[in-house]
Amino acid sequence: MTELIAGALIAAGILFYLAGSIGLLRLPDIYCRLHALTKADNLGLGLLVAGLVLLTDDLAVALKLVLIWLLVLAASAAGAHLIAGQARRGEGP
Amino acid sequence: MDGIALILLDALLILVLLGLAWATLESRDPRRGVVLFIAFGLVLALVWARLAAPDVALAEAAIGAGLSGALLLAALRDEPEAGHDPSEPEPATPARRRLPSLTNWALGLLCLGLGLVVTWAFVDALSVADPERLAGQVMARIVESGVSNPVTAVLLNFRGYDTLLELAVLLAALLGILALGPERGGYAPAGPVLAGLAGWLIPGLILTGGYLLWVGAHAPGGAFQAGAILAAAAVIRRLAGDRAAGLPQGLALRALSLAGVAVFLGVGLALLVAGRPFLGFPPTWAGTLILAIESAATLAIGATLALAFVGGRPAAWDSPQQRRALDPTQVRNQP
Amino acid sequence: MTGFLAWAALALMLSLLLGLIRVLRGPSAADRLMAAQLLGTTGVGLLLLLAPVLGSAALIDVALVLALLAVVAVAALTGREVPGGQDRD
Repeated sequence: MTELIAGALIAAGILFYLAGSIGLLRLPDIYCRLHALTKADNLGLGLLVAGLVLLTDDLAVALKLVLIWLLVLAASAAGAHLIAGQARRGEGP
Repeated sequence: MDGIALILLDALLILVLLGLAWATLESRDPRRGVVLFIAFGLVLALVWARLAAPDVALAEAAIGAGLSGALLLAALRDEPEAGHDPSEPEPATPARRRLPSLTNWALGLLCLGLGLVVTWAFVDALSVADPERLAGQVMARIVESGVSNPVTAVLLNFRGYDTLLELAVLLAALLGILALGPERGGYAPAGPVLAGLAGWLIPGLILTGGYLLWVGAHAPGGAFQAGAILAAAAVIRRLAGDRAAGLPQGLALRALSLAGVAVFLGVGLALLVAGRPFLGFPPTWAGTLILAIESAATLAIGATLALAFVGGRPAAWDSPQQRRALDPTQVRNQP
Repeated sequence: MTGFLAWAALALMLSLLLGLIRVLRGPSAADRLMAAQLLGTTGVGLLLLLAPVLGSAALIDVALVLALLAVVAVAALTGREVPGGQDRD
């Protein structure tokens, strides 16, 4: 039963990742693409982590997974902001 | 069931890796090349992970992707933007590529030939029935090494001399960087986003570095990965406007850079004095000695890579008295 | 279960491939900056899925390091350089 729920969560996570990538390809503007990339991918990762937490029976591993998700959340938010700022300034590599 | 999926995964990884490598190499604009190189490094870390080599994956993610990218960008500093330099004359060759010359064809064939030879050697090695594998030999004697991670055992014990020389090479590179001239230009003081990011990222990186140093004894990790992560923390500090990159000044900075080679050499010589071979750790003490050497090496590697990002002789390298002595505008006290 | 996870990892790899198409084609320079961001999230997901498939718990540590270093790469790429070398204080 746990495996079924975990599988569903992971599948949903993958769907969000794919949605993010499709958004990356199809949206017209760098800022729109940043939205798609950051938000969809982070939500996908969150669902992925939720599924993997259900599958593991080691508490340390589960906590580490959640920690990674929170780190990626904070890091992506800052990263997206920095990229958008760079795009707005019109410079950039 | 997962066999097919993994094979397809491998195929896609190879495709992405080769595609990124090609795109990196054929980039006209060096900055575009650096961005693609960072992406290439991150994908390469994924490849190492897929090949069940977590130690190498850690090193690739830390050094090959993040730090190498930062170093290349620092090297590109004060370079004119591609296409914006008005003083450069119009290049003689047209924008589209010409047909490859005879030299290019010869080089291409040579590379192809080498690739075929390497592939044949690899396939031949794999097809031997009962091969003499180094991993087996290492695992047979790992109890004497003082650690349980075979990679650390090889790096710090069985082939410790090689690692000592690697640290010496890093030191030599540092001396070269210091001889290049003054440090590269700094960065604007951090805006609120970067400042907020640095506020948790720097302590997080330091903690992760310490964790990898500790865990390297029994799981993938170790001094090089930990040192690279500490250097990444220094890089963030410098990007946020701190020209000193969080490094100490004067004598402390020099001591830090020397620490890796000094402690490694010191332990080896002390063992000689104690009657054992050079770097021949006694099995009961091996774990402690390895941890001591790795700690010093972590700090040294971190300082060295951070100074590499600084890109030259930092103002902090000389102590305040030396700086006053070197400064021609200072009035000297007459005795 | 590892079979399902392996297929999930393959799907993530496809997602990465699609994203990289944008990175390579992207008209503006900032599109390429998204490579580091893309790999920071998708790469982490891939590693977390591969950890149980390959039976290597260390890949979770690799995912941690990848996440941290990807954002370091983004910070380095968006650094606002102040020209000039060492100034005499």
